[in-house]
Amino acid sequence: MSAFDHMSVEEIAEAIPNGALLGVPADYSGVPMAVTRALIAREARDLRLYCLPLTTLQGDMLIGAGCVADVEAAAVTMGEYGLAPCFSRAFESGGITMQDSTCPALHTQLQAVEKGVPFMPLRGLIGSDIAAHRPDWQIVDNPFEAGDPVMVLPARPLDVTVFHAPFADTEGNVFIGRQRELATLTYGSAQTFVTVEKIVDTNLFESEATAAGALPAFYFSGIAEAERGAWPLGLTDVYDPDGQELRRYVQAARTPEGFAAYLADHGLAERSAA
Amino acid sequence: MTATREELLISVLADRLADDAHVAVGAASPIPGAAALLAKAEKAARGAGRMQVTIIHSRRHNPFTAGSRELFDCAARGMIDTFFLGGVQIDGQANINLVGIGEYPTLKKRFPGSFGSALMYYVVPKVILFREEHSPRTLVPKVDFISAPGISDPGIHRPGGPQALVTGRCVFDFDREARRFRLNSVHEGETVESIREATGFDFDVDKPCQTPGPTPERLAMIREEVAPKILTFYPEFANRIWGLAA
Repeated sequence: MSAFDHMSVEEIAEAIPNGALLGVPADYSGVPMAVTRALIAREARDLRLYCLPLTTLQGDMLIGAGCVADVEAAAVTMGEYGLAPCFSRAFESGGITMQDSTCPALHTQLQAVEKGVPFMPLRGLIGSDIAAHRPDWQIVDNPFEAGDPVMVLPARPLDVTVFHAPFADTEGNVFIGRQRELATLTYGSAQTFVTVEKIVDTNLFESEATAAGALPAFYFSGIAEAERGAWPLGLTDVYDPDGQELRRYVQAARTPEGFAAYLADHGLAERSAA
Repeated sequence: MTATREELLISVLADRLADDAHVAVGAASPIPGAAALLAKAEKAARGAGRMQVTIIHSRRHNPFTAGSRELFDCAARGMIDTFFLGGVQIDGQANINLVGIGEYPTLKKRFPGSFGSALMYYVVPKVILFREEHSPRTLVPKVDFISAPGISDPGIHRPGGPQALVTGRCVFDFDREARRFRLNSVHEGETVESIREATGFDFDVDKPCQTPGPTPERLAMIREEVAPKILTFYPEFANRIWGLAA
């Protein structure tokens, strides 16, 4: 029996059910763009994106293709390439809902899951309009010190996380380097799928240097090989973002028609844009 | 040598960081990033000790190994002296809005979101607001959405907050007692009147001076020491300002 479940990119996309609360990594840490395209191809619907802590191309494309019902994030942006066009359009037209959050809150709610506790406190937040629009967050009195109100945030268990990593070993252990957000997402998620550039014939736990940047196989429900699986975003140490392609995307996605044409150019059948 | 507008802003921001032990700079902030690296080089040159400059956008200058939450955890326990924040809108009480224009949640114009502001603004002792565009559109009487408030009610844990607002036209100090901005200096070509005209909120004026530009020594340090570092993680900015290519 194989040491781990070898899957295809398409099988991972099939394994993410419509309506799932999906963990989404930040643009600097292993965004699974190959799976994102497969989700669009299988016409995923009603996904709820939980971004740690923001999303760029992945979220914008899923929103544009009508795969998304709700976004929980500290930001949705194309970064140096400008605003996220499909996100802005969908938000302003009411096509999606958004639970505006802030980076540390998104971390904290997963850390509560990680620890198996119902909630965790976080400083700040009180008096912001973010908190005012989050009925799921509450202010409590610090039980150890009178007169110290503090916000508590509920654990937010994710249904599924998918990310892309440079490599896994033959035992199914996955190397993430210091992209520890990926560990936070994994610990907070009922199921995690990974795509990797390659499977290497080694054991990551035989050296402290690689073990320190590894996640053990038991967290993963399946691993697929996907060369350049983060493209056109970058993968640390492996390839840089493809700036030309990202500019092309932002330009095309300014209109629903342009976005549909962009999908068609990338082998994804034209469909109604959000 | 004449300083460019960007170099003037780098110099102004660096003045505010001189004695810091740890300055952190968020995403997409080449001018604050350059200011922090300048302040670090100057602190070392005058034998005043080390400065940790954390630039999230960079690989080499991002020291965290526990993920981006390590920045917020460090900040929450007071280990970050200075952080920079901006805003689609900033109002006269130093409330910042990074979410959008119009009534939330049905905004007329959506912007990316609040990033880490709703913690950082509360806990970092010296937050410098930086927004190059200085117009009635950006500096408003009241923000449409408070990503993070400039001040908090008594009893709320608030060791941090705004110290200054630096724009393309002037420098304001924020008076936390009066809950108002006070004009500190105007950049070359601006007057108190032109600042009033370009500012949507009311502010105090107490003998503002002209914003001093960088000394020749400082300008040389910006171009010779700081610019090549900026090139490694803000190549487009370094190319535009200094004509550098990777």
